[in-house]
Amino acid sequence: MSIEEKQQEIIAEFNVFDDWMEKYEYIIDLGKDLPLIAPEFKTDDRLIEGCQSRVWLHSEFKNNLMEYSADSDAIITKGIIGLLIQVMNKETPETILKTDLHFIKEIGLQEHLSPTRANGLLGMVKRMKTEALKYINN
Amino acid sequence: MADLIKKPFNVKEIREQFPALRQKIYGKNLVYFDNGATSQKPQLVLDAINLFYSKENANIHRGVHFMSQKATTEYEASRIRIQKYLNAKKSEEIIFTKGATDGINLVAFSYGELLQAGDEILISAMEHHSNIVPWQMLCLRKGLVLKVIPINKKGEILMEEYEKMLSRKTKLVAITHISNTLGTINPIKEIVQKAHSVGAKVLVDGAQSIQHLKVDVRDLDCDFFVFSSHKVFGPTGIGVLYGKEDLLDRMPPYQGGGDMISKVTFERTTYNELPFKFEAGTPHIAGGICLGTAFEYLESIDMVAAEKHERELAKYAEDILDTFEGLHIIGEAKNKTSVVSFTVDGLHPFDIGTLLDKQGIAVRTGHHCTQPLMDFFKIPGTVRASFAFYNTRQEIDLFVEAFEKSLSMLK
Repeated sequence: MSIEEKQQEIIAEFNVFDDWMEKYEYIIDLGKDLPLIAPEFKTDDRLIEGCQSRVWLHSEFKNNLMEYSADSDAIITKGIIGLLIQVMNKETPETILKTDLHFIKEIGLQEHLSPTRANGLLGMVKRMKTEALKYINN
Repeated sequence: MADLIKKPFNVKEIREQFPALRQKIYGKNLVYFDNGATSQKPQLVLDAINLFYSKENANIHRGVHFMSQKATTEYEASRIRIQKYLNAKKSEEIIFTKGATDGINLVAFSYGELLQAGDEILISAMEHHSNIVPWQMLCLRKGLVLKVIPINKKGEILMEEYEKMLSRKTKLVAITHISNTLGTINPIKEIVQKAHSVGAKVLVDGAQSIQHLKVDVRDLDCDFFVFSSHKVFGPTGIGVLYGKEDLLDRMPPYQGGGDMISKVTFERTTYNELPFKFEAGTPHIAGGICLGTAFEYLESIDMVAAEKHERELAKYAEDILDTFEGLHIIGEAKNKTSVVSFTVDGLHPFDIGTLLDKQGIAVRTGHHCTQPLMDFFKIPGTVRASFAFYNTRQEIDLFVEAFEKSLSMLK
């Protein structure tokens, strides 16, 4: 599945929800279900400090593809991380760098990626891209 | 503008004055419980802002023409209205600033110039970052010592410890009147008395108090008092520093520019008199005038009845929240205002705040710019509902309903 198809799949999934609370119920369930990061990777150098919630991001480069795992202390943030990783995981660094994560806006969660939200998610997306950039330069 | 007559306190009538309260957020009736962050504006203030920019806009203190004279008169009338409201001795003691933070920075710089290495400044453990960082910067700059007055688990100042910390070295006590996170009302009069007994001055951060309590600076006998307009129903970007005249007179100017000078030559500049010495450049004219309007509005409110109403709201909310398992109220001072801060075991404040928002409830979550206080309680943050006199019990019922729904989703 291409990265665009993955985004479209999430948009279709969110289309069935009638209201905000249903959307958030789904995001919270995602957050509850996913064991996202190995405990040994929850270190300070992987921490992205938000004003509200904190995010840890770990990345690896395997078979020319980026593999990400991440976690947060807030469950809604964790659920959105789940969506971001679903889209970005196992893609080439080139794809990751040029991808516009438009699905976030289309499912109505753009506020979580705004600089004012300060939940660490914007910092996480930026770091996902800078990590990918390392493997292009090398 | 005619003076409004003080009417018996009536929430329904008061709410009608605040158009922002009558809107739907995500299709739900707005419940605005973030008054600690900023207050909504009454129609009287909104009309004054509109009127100023529609008809009265002109620069002040320098024009010969009609509009400039009129704007100057209104700006200075606002200063006098604020002076009277605070019961300051003279209008020269009312300095317009950008807000409470700006006022604290002004004092930290300017009063700080009168201090010497080894002098001590006391702050409390419950201060907002804006009443911590300017003092840290001053201490670094001048080699002063910053000391922190401890608090107990209820969120009250340990007065005995405070007394022990005071000495002839203490030059300033900078303390909040009301804690933005806990709602604690500090015993300012007593704090001032004790500070004065060793010759120290006192700065009171009134950002959270003037909208709840009738403040009388001469009764408090504080040396400085700062607050922000936007938290007292006025526009953003303006605030006030009150300072005792003799002290302000001794302090050097904070910023240089137009309006603050008496005469400028390339060799030497002499400074203007108070209050203009501290007001460099074209000020926030509309803000200054309309803050006066906000005080005109406040004068029409029976503040004693308003405070009673706010305390009843807080008590009502706390009594309900207390019945939730795993919920902890943070800030249980005997004397506190209408702030209810809490945590829930196993849940992040951000998650609760996000779900409340989607149900039309505006609260603040996080550390509330009091990180050292969060460290003291060993928590990452709280959910804070802060009430104003325009809030109602019905809104608290809506909040509780939305809160229960959020808990059922998160647990």
